[in-house]
Amino acid sequence: MIHKYKLNGYNIVMDVNSGAVHIVDDIAYDLLDYLDEDFSEQNREDIIGKLSSKYKKGEIEESYNEMIDLYKSGLLFSKDKVQNSPKIKYIDSPIKSMCINIAHDCNLRCEYCFAAKGDFGCGRVLMSEETGKKAIDFLIKHSGKRRNLEVDFFGGEPLMNFEVVKKIVDYARSKEKEHNKNFRFTITTNGILLTDDKIEYINKEMSNVVLSLDGRKEVNDRLRIFTNGKGSYDMIVPKYKKLVETRGDKDYYVRGTFTKHNLDFSEDVMHMYELGFDQISIEPVVSDEKLDYSIKEEDLPKVFEEYDKLSKKIIDLKKKGSHINFFHFMIDLDNGPCAIKRLKGCGCGNEYVAVTPQGDIYPCHQFVGKDEWKMGNLNDETFDGDMKKSFSKANVYNKNGCNDCWAKFYCSGGCNANNQEYEGDIMNPHKIACELQRKRLECAIMIKAALN
Amino acid sequence: MKHFKTINKGHLQESAVKGGCGECQASCQSACKTSCTVANQKCEK
Repeated sequence: MIHKYKLNGYNIVMDVNSGAVHIVDDIAYDLLDYLDEDFSEQNREDIIGKLSSKYKKGEIEESYNEMIDLYKSGLLFSKDKVQNSPKIKYIDSPIKSMCINIAHDCNLRCEYCFAAKGDFGCGRVLMSEETGKKAIDFLIKHSGKRRNLEVDFFGGEPLMNFEVVKKIVDYARSKEKEHNKNFRFTITTNGILLTDDKIEYINKEMSNVVLSLDGRKEVNDRLRIFTNGKGSYDMIVPKYKKLVETRGDKDYYVRGTFTKHNLDFSEDVMHMYELGFDQISIEPVVSDEKLDYSIKEEDLPKVFEEYDKLSKKIIDLKKKGSHINFFHFMIDLDNGPCAIKRLKGCGCGNEYVAVTPQGDIYPCHQFVGKDEWKMGNLNDETFDGDMKKSFSKANVYNKNGCNDCWAKFYCSGGCNANNQEYEGDIMNPHKIACELQRKRLECAIMIKAALN
Repeated sequence: MKHFKTINKGHLQESAVKGGCGECQASCQSACKTSCTVANQKCEK
């Protein structure tokens, strides 16, 4: 399978199964219209004849011959051998990642919050130290031989329960040597309660920190608000600057959500960059279509236009030697994740789980609060192995329509929680998310072509 | 080549044989939390 597209003056051809990427001229681009998976058996003269009114015969033949060479090298119309790999069939993956919902409470009331403004509909409560330790014990117990274990402190707002965060970190560190594990901590915060002490601790202990900000002041303050309706921008931006200035080379992301209200979100990315942040993520809101701020199908052309605009801005900055990293355009064509990882994606419910202050275990943070998706509880030591097995089958070869999609090795079949929420089944990819993902990939690869 | 410029040769099929160690980051643990982007994760090998 190949995917070809034109963007920003580049003709780009992706060979889906090998991952090869080619920039081609117009002759080669048009020639590919007449070829399919078995193109080596096509009638060469017939195809050349079809293009001879537009291009010189010698040029067409030259292009055709180059294509044959690429085909023989496995870089064009290559076959998929991964599908039969026994590695994608094994289902008993260890659990090695955990989202700890350390606080089901929040000091903001962001309009679009998927966590029902902080409590996931489960009541405002903070996790106890005891439950947090049980979560670490559970992760170690179910992690098999995996050495790298990831824990994300999430909420609600994790800084509302920061003393327990520190105790859980200490507890996990105390277990590393005995069990031959390496814990990597992440914290996601809205920044309101950041202090110098907390910044120092986060920069020392957290391998990644996600700082929520939607961009321009008027955009952020429209939806990221306190209970009294006041915006949060002025309070958080100086704190984020301080955190990033003292973070060294550790990972961080300033992360926002765009909605129908700011379909010109490339301006928000640039605003963040101008504030001094160079690791940026802005994602489309995930919400019911009936809500006024939701991204709908009719908005996609504008969103696509915005991704194009953002791509060009990033190319310009990088050509000038500036550093900017937009999370959703990150792609490592040479040393990115292996095919097995790409097929299985986030691993929710199988390699990744979320736990609540009550000790309930869910497939991921987005399933929290939905009783039918509860996998077990830390206190009574229950865990639903059958549900784990069903999630383990969620790879692109089993999800509906993914196997025929050119983006399958880059997106892993989408977010299972979104699939369930908006398409009724974890195996049914969420259509709008698919459109957005494909567009971002086209931009990401075009940027590689432009900077090549 | 004149008509095709290959900017990446791609190693996906080979990576399936050598890969699958499971030590890399869960993609949702980085900076998405609401979408799924996997191709930007680092390989641990």
